[in-house]
Amino acid sequence: MKKLIAIVFAIMPVFAFAAGGSNVHLDDMRVDLEDKASLQRGAQVFANYCMGCHSTKFARYNRVAKDLGIPEDLMSENLIFAETKIGNLMEIAMRPEDSKKWFGATPPDLTLVGRVRGADWLYTYLRSFYADASRPYGVNNTVFKDVGMPHVLEGLQGKQVKGTAPVVVGFDPLTGQELTEDQDGVLFLEEAGQLNQKEFDVAVADLTNFLVYMAEPMALERQNMGYWVLLFLVILFIPVYYLNREYWRDIH
Amino acid sequence: MSKMQDFMAWVDHRLPVTVTFEKHMSKYYAPKNFNFWYFFGVFSMLMLANQILTGVWLTMSYTPTAEGAFASVEYIMRDVELGWLLRYMHSTGASFFFLVVYMHMFRGLMYGSYQKPRELIWIFGMFIYLMLMAEAFMGYVLPWGQMSYWGAQVIISLFGAIPVIGPDLVEWVRGDFLISGITLNRFFALHVIALPLVIVALVILHILALHEVGSNNPDGVDIKKYKDENGAPLDGVPFHPYYTVHDLVGIVVFLFVFCFVLFFFPEGGGYFLEKPNFEEANPLKTPEHIVPVWYVGAYYTILRAITFDIGPINSQLGGVIAMGAAIAILFVLPWLDRSPVKSWRYKGLISRINLVVFAIFFALLTWLGTKPASGLYQILGQIGTVVYFAWFITLPYISKNEKTKPVPERV
Repeated sequence: MKKLIAIVFAIMPVFAFAAGGSNVHLDDMRVDLEDKASLQRGAQVFANYCMGCHSTKFARYNRVAKDLGIPEDLMSENLIFAETKIGNLMEIAMRPEDSKKWFGATPPDLTLVGRVRGADWLYTYLRSFYADASRPYGVNNTVFKDVGMPHVLEGLQGKQVKGTAPVVVGFDPLTGQELTEDQDGVLFLEEAGQLNQKEFDVAVADLTNFLVYMAEPMALERQNMGYWVLLFLVILFIPVYYLNREYWRDIH
Repeated sequence: MSKMQDFMAWVDHRLPVTVTFEKHMSKYYAPKNFNFWYFFGVFSMLMLANQILTGVWLTMSYTPTAEGAFASVEYIMRDVELGWLLRYMHSTGASFFFLVVYMHMFRGLMYGSYQKPRELIWIFGMFIYLMLMAEAFMGYVLPWGQMSYWGAQVIISLFGAIPVIGPDLVEWVRGDFLISGITLNRFFALHVIALPLVIVALVILHILALHEVGSNNPDGVDIKKYKDENGAPLDGVPFHPYYTVHDLVGIVVFLFVFCFVLFFFPEGGGYFLEKPNFEEANPLKTPEHIVPVWYVGAYYTILRAITFDIGPINSQLGGVIAMGAAIAILFVLPWLDRSPVKSWRYKGLISRINLVVFAIFFALLTWLGTKPASGLYQILGQIGTVVYFAWFITLPYISKNEKTKPVPERV
């Protein structure tokens, strides 16, 4: 039991009524598009675990390589499959008809999922799979109820289950120690994976970061240009203001 | 005579360039007491120019087919050099266009700019507003996202509520049995050619009518009553250069706000670019909430406020009638206001309070349009609808009977 407490993974309360809807509590995810290392790791997780089924067919490999600071040869060797050219769109070989048969729904293209769902949703969703024998792939998800997707990151995360477990509810005002309380519907790890909880959270955060980048690759460029444009307008305001004042000086 | 003067004389003999410039700019006298609210007309023109220019460049890379539309928008966002800037200028521009048009219209309401002799200016303005809504609606379909598709589905099916011809009319508008690439293609044609031509023509009429009778002002004083020995209004200044340099200051400030949103919040908190619209249109998957873009929210709320049958009129047709009436009643505003004074500065207290209440409720209706119509939202929407119509219906009696303050002779 003590070990169980130690590996309690998700301390978020899960609302039974809210599965799949917008009422699920979402964990905070801080997106940092300047963190190239995080984006590169995210791209690697994406290529290894997601791109078997999910395309990002509106984006090109070489653009990702350029934006993330990955040398093109390294990109070709590690992140692009087989005969694909680096200037190609990031499409996949899996046919929609087949995947529909296998998963019940065609895995959606993920180019814009960061803008459709938002970072918090993705970050929480990817960490909220739990064992459910009634589902075809043996897993369900507290954020997206009865999702057709298998838990592809299970090897990294370990086997997560939903049940009764101690949850931190506060801190002892005297000793500063965590106070715990048994709660129902909590996600916790039954078997450890390759990564510990913290490492897994970081991996998912990297992946989410990458997906947010993917959804709007020019976001940083947009903001940088924005500062210059606003600065220009502030400077332009000065002569325009005095010109107007000069003309209206004699009008009363 | 200098070479330049020679040249202008040559042109003027063949085309009235100088005369036209004088009539509409350098010898067009505008009241000298324009305030903040008088910037929004020129801002509207600026946004129109922005929409047309960025629209032209977007057209160069956009594919108007059901198969290619969504991908071509992402192509513009990712592969076209500065394509994202053009696209955001266009999408943010659409919302700002409506924002400034609403401010411009509210100015008209405050200062009675629609009253005699400016009824035609108001009517042309209302036609611009109507065409703008059609233009924006069709433009919103073009990216072919989920909200493009389902929004079009909801709006076009409204025509189905019309008795007898409804179902056939819907099919005729769509050009298909459901919203399809055919619908997309015809909306593209209307959005990039037909409606912009109409809007530009209406804007020209709007301004010609304005320059015929002259601009109103915050006091609602007629500046043409008192003129100097040259026939120039004593309380007026030539539009050029006085208001050109004046508007320039406003434009720089406006552009600052516009660019701030454009470069830092292009999605406008999900109001300018709705989240579901980043997902490609899927006829088999209905979004949880189908909501229109914010600028038509008020009419959408009024449409949904009619939840009951009225005699032979079912709730759906009732909603369409209410929505149509909400827009139509704006056209006859010049004849509903019977006040002897123009500006609300000299109207009675009730008129002034009513206008503020009306504006607040219009904003409320707009916001409710982006929310699901249930529970409290539904009730608020119905109250708002009653307030909206009540303002117009009571206007003739209140404006005719209330005590007004004397209007000064001069500005």
